[in-house]
Amino acid sequence: MSNTLFDKVWDSHVVQKIKDGPDVLFIDRHMVHEVTSPVAFLGLKKRGVKVLFPNKTFATADHNTPTINQHLPVQDPLSANQLKALEENSKEHGISYWGLGHEKNGIVHVVGPEYGITQPGATIVCGDSHTSTHGAFGAIAFGIGTSEVEMVLSTQCIMQPKPKKMRITVKGSLNKGVTPKDVALFIISKLSTSGATGYFVEYSGTVFSNMSMEGRMTVCNLSIEMGARGGMIAPDEKTFDYIKGKEFTPKGKNWERAMEYWSTLKSDENAIFDKEIEFDGTKINPMITFGTNPGMGIGISNEIPKAESQDGGVHTYKKSLNYMNFEEGDSMIGKNIDFVFLGSCTNGRIEDFREFTRIVKGKQKASNVTAWLVPGSHKVEKAIKDEGLLKILNDSGFELREPGCSACLAMNDDKIPAGKYAVSTSNRNFEGRQGPGSRTLLASPLVAAAAAITGKITDPRTLI
Amino acid sequence: MAYDKFNILKSSCVPLPIENVDTDQIIPARFLKATERVGFGENLFRDWRFNSDNSPKEDFVLNNKKYKGKILVGGKNFGSGSSREHAAWAIYDYGFRCVISSFFADIFRANCLNIGVLPVQVSPEFLEKLFNQIYENPETEIEVDLTTQKVSITEQKISERFEINSYKKENMLNGYDDIDYLMNIKDSIKEFSKSTPL
Ligand code: SF4
Repeated sequence: MSNTLFDKVWDSHVVQKIKDGPDVLFIDRHMVHEVTSPVAFLGLKKRGVKVLFPNKTFATADHNTPTINQHLPVQDPLSANQLKALEENSKEHGISYWGLGHEKNGIVHVVGPEYGITQPGATIVCGDSHTSTHGAFGAIAFGIGTSEVEMVLSTQCIMQPKPKKMRITVKGSLNKGVTPKDVALFIISKLSTSGATGYFVEYSGTVFSNMSMEGRMTVCNLSIEMGARGGMIAPDEKTFDYIKGKEFTPKGKNWERAMEYWSTLKSDENAIFDKEIEFDGTKINPMITFGTNPGMGIGISNEIPKAESQDGGVHTYKKSLNYMNFEEGDSMIGKNIDFVFLGSCTNGRIEDFREFTRIVKGKQKASNVTAWLVPGSHKVEKAIKDEGLLKILNDSGFELREPGCSACLAMNDDKIPAGKYAVSTSNRNFEGRQGPGSRTLLASPLVAAAAAITGKITDPRTLI
Repeated sequence: MAYDKFNILKSSCVPLPIENVDTDQIIPARFLKATERVGFGENLFRDWRFNSDNSPKEDFVLNNKKYKGKILVGGKNFGSGSSREHAAWAIYDYGFRCVISSFFADIFRANCLNIGVLPVQVSPEFLEKLFNQIYENPETEIEVDLTTQKVSITEQKISERFEINSYKKENMLNGYDDIDYLMNIKDSIKEFSKSTPL
């Protein structure tokens, strides 16, 4: 029988099939953070049960944490309380905990792969929708709600119907200045934010096989923004090189055994997908969003489309443009911006900082721009320093903050003020996502860098 | 934890004909700092409902006394974005027991089912009729019958069948949750775990 990569991993984790109901799916890795877990732990307490497999659960603090002065006590009492709850819950249940100040601390989806918690063929969940990031390694990874967090803590399983399968193939190669983020924003703009709802996506084609692991993570991360449960890419030599020797990956004989299994993790030749979509990589340009959902993206030198040309409600579309204070037909190039945010689990990895630095090197930050450069983890932060990027950034007028989710969801103090425009490398441009009234333009680290230098939307290809 | 049983719900509706309503709108991130599941209803649709000085925005539907009830009717692709279950909690805590839309985001739908809010997916045509009916008569009573999987606009004598898998349906009818089920098969889960490589 021909199976897809997704089938292979899913089917091997089904503990029980319920007729006309969901599958009981065994979870190999559960990542936990401070925001979506406290109520789940409270549920365990009420039921009087302990975490079933503490060694399969990993906690890190990221959503709420400040990105300056992390050595000082957290100022906001509510945030401090959530962080304390995570620490205490982890201790009580014997879970590995990388809290604020811990050398391995960072954004949950950045640290998982960094330390080899993320592995091919695994099932990985976390109470955060961008858990799909881990699919870059050929894992089935997706976000869950707090009730499901409680399920996994108490039984190491969740109950879900098996999603349908979609394959997105991008052929050819990418042009200069076009990054994995652009590929993802391009796909979402074609599929819309609900185009993959009910599906699990496999990405294939030369564009992805040529992509670095960081790039693959960016693409898989954004799968959720087209409504997909998750996205995955078959593991290959790059994947194995990336994880080899990491703290939590198998060693010696176990590695060889694992490799034997991992090398079977690809869709069989005749495997059938419920839906197949194909794009030409050479047609993709640097992208930017102009509206209030990630599907509202265009090539950076295009004009904002007319409402009538869009699927869906004209009313919703106009409401969105109104919020952004943009007009149909506007050109994005040249629009003034106020903030730049480089970071998040989408683009907060070392490669993203290299790309950003490549553009700003030898130039100066525009005086009207406030830039927040937030590494995804301490490991990324260290690499930025070790590789000499920090010096270049400092010379260009930029400072580096400490790791965390930061302005991706603005739960801490990193909030974009009302009415201000931020070019952001994160994943969501919803109304108020980066602070009440904030206006977000999603883009790649290159576009963000170009905006930071010029103070306005600029095609990064003119600066490379 | 087990929740209220859901059987037949008859109620007037609150209309929100906006597409792609994301969970950041349903409950903004800055209200996710609680460590207990209380009080989320107060901040449901916070930034659409209140100005920055906390005064109510007159034109938002939750501030319009004409519309009330236990059913929220939303536009296509309701509940997209963040997986925060707090969005479903806020909807429940505010007093809704059912959300009707022509399309739901996956995680949001699952979250609702896990806490006892029934997501009812109807055809775009039915949704439009429903909105029209509510605007014509805000007191219109809608009947959502989980046993027969039917949603009816009683006044217009029209109804439509909705889908729900039979396992989830049983759960909702009885107020069970998945953890109750999983706890019962814990031994087979432990047995299964021995065969997993990780
Ligand atoms: S960076 Fe943003 S998307 Fe990623 S885990 Fe943090 S809040 Fe979620």
